[in-house]
Amino acid sequence: MARAVTPRRRLINTILAWSIGLLIFFPILWTILTSFKPEGQAIADPPLFLFFDWTLENYAIVQERSNYARYLTNSIIISVGSTLLGILVAVPAAWSMAFVPSKRTKNILMWMLSTKMLPAVGVLYPIYILFIKMSLLDSRLGLVIVIMLINLPIIIWMLYTYFKEIPAPILEAARMDGASLRNEILYVLTPMAIPGIASTILLNIILAWNEAFWTLNLTAAKAGPLTAFIASYSSPEGLFFAKLSAASTMAIAPILILGWFSQKQLVRGLTFGAVK
Amino acid sequence: MGRIVLDNVTKSFGNAQVIPPLQLTIEDGEFAVFVGPSGCGKSTLLRLIAGLEDVTSGKIEIDGKDVSGLAPAKRGLAMVFQSYALYPHMTVRKNIAFPLKMAGLARAEIKKRVDNAAAVLNLTDYLDRRPGQLSGGQRQRVAIGRAIVREPAAFLFDEPLSNLDAALRVGMRLEISELHERLKSTMIYVTHDQVEAMTMADKIVVLQAGVIEQVGSPLELYRAPRNTFVAGFIGSPKMNLIDGPEATKRDAHTIGIRPEHIAVSSDSGSWKGKVNVSEHLGSDTFFHVQGTGLADSLTVRADGEVSFRHGDDIYLTPREEHIHRFDAKGLRIA
Repeated sequence: MARAVTPRRRLINTILAWSIGLLIFFPILWTILTSFKPEGQAIADPPLFLFFDWTLENYAIVQERSNYARYLTNSIIISVGSTLLGILVAVPAAWSMAFVPSKRTKNILMWMLSTKMLPAVGVLYPIYILFIKMSLLDSRLGLVIVIMLINLPIIIWMLYTYFKEIPAPILEAARMDGASLRNEILYVLTPMAIPGIASTILLNIILAWNEAFWTLNLTAAKAGPLTAFIASYSSPEGLFFAKLSAASTMAIAPILILGWFSQKQLVRGLTFGAVK
Repeated sequence: MGRIVLDNVTKSFGNAQVIPPLQLTIEDGEFAVFVGPSGCGKSTLLRLIAGLEDVTSGKIEIDGKDVSGLAPAKRGLAMVFQSYALYPHMTVRKNIAFPLKMAGLARAEIKKRVDNAAAVLNLTDYLDRRPGQLSGGQRQRVAIGRAIVREPAAFLFDEPLSNLDAALRVGMRLEISELHERLKSTMIYVTHDQVEAMTMADKIVVLQAGVIEQVGSPLELYRAPRNTFVAGFIGSPKMNLIDGPEATKRDAHTIGIRPEHIAVSSDSGSWKGKVNVSEHLGSDTFFHVQGTGLADSLTVRADGEVSFRHGDDIYLTPREEHIHRFDAKGLRIA
């Protein structure tokens, strides 16, 4: 039975929801505001909220000092590339786990997830050595591969969950209709799983975009994405909060815009299958 | 062509053998119905023929060719599923065309065949809709359309009508029978509904726990059930099975008499009992009679409208020539 929601209760809920939302968003908001402050006011105590001397000089300086476009390009290539490569590997993997599970499928899924429980720094050394031996250090290809592998468990898990929702008889019908395995996945499974695949892609682009550990450790000048761009404004030359904030804002803006436009798809995808 | 032979086929899931060695031949053009209670292995058997499950041992032949190791796609069979299993993201046209597309037919030929099938199945006006916009009966017709365009060696139906409401079910039953008359292809039809089996089949295969209890035409099964299981399963309402003195008197362990083979009277007859529940269908009336001392309850059918009330005395007289006799193992005594 539906419970009656009184106007008062609704008002309280709305205020509560907005408060939590603003609390979560506040650090981002603060970063954006700081990026428009002169360096002196950025560290003012007590902090200035809205009444400061608005300026664009930080953006101008950041733009002048480093090549934003190159970092942006690297970010796009690495996040999109690693995600698409991951999907290519994960679709057949998730298909087999969802539709022809073996006794150990559950264990394999858990084992894959357990790799995410290991602190990344634990495998930094071997991967670093591998990268040197394979001449992948500071290359986009190297980062695409390593970030794809880092996120692969999540991609497979998400796709597995979506695929489980697809009724097996439909795939069997495709088999009876003469579809090869490739055609079954291409013409029947994938189109039916599009909403799930789309939200998996979106989420993984965001994860890959924000990945900092591997990008900072495995790149130098050439292949660095926007995370490296932000990092270059941190410590060595002392703390320039306003410029750091401007760099951060520039780095997160594209993904924030992508997230904003795709939020419907993201929410739908993430709650897909939660209620039958 | 479509002669299907199952030769010593078995199927096990892990350690559990669901189909013990089984022998069955379905002739070309035959309408065979697998019938049995749920869990009797009839769907598994169909899936083995389809290739959706692998046989554990034995072989399956279609037109003399061993297909046991072949993928479903290579067996030349078409299947209609209980849940219809239409492709929800494709229009009706694309659904029906899918097997032809997979077979690599030319576009003009695909269009011709799809239009033909749609005309036969009254789907022409719905070709551009998606399955979600169709009623249950229409969806089932699309599933049948998808099966017939391929001109398969045989059609497999897995309880295709059980998701439809009663009225629609009778209509679709007729349509499938007509389709069989027209196409003359082999059809294998799985159902738990003995009425569907009786009305549609050339040959009924009664299964219980993976074992074939009897194979025969509907009337053979009705007239001479091989054992008490088949006797109780075929015919509606169920045959009355009676143990004890009445059976011994006729040199049997159990005797069976169908509700329609018992005469009803209010003043005289062989057995006396009291009416418990009466079901008036207009054309027939069924009485559930208790207190005869023969079985917990006997079911009797009377023609037309016959009035007995709850608690009334009723006299029953079985027609001797229609009494079936079974031995202690439940097997028919000739």
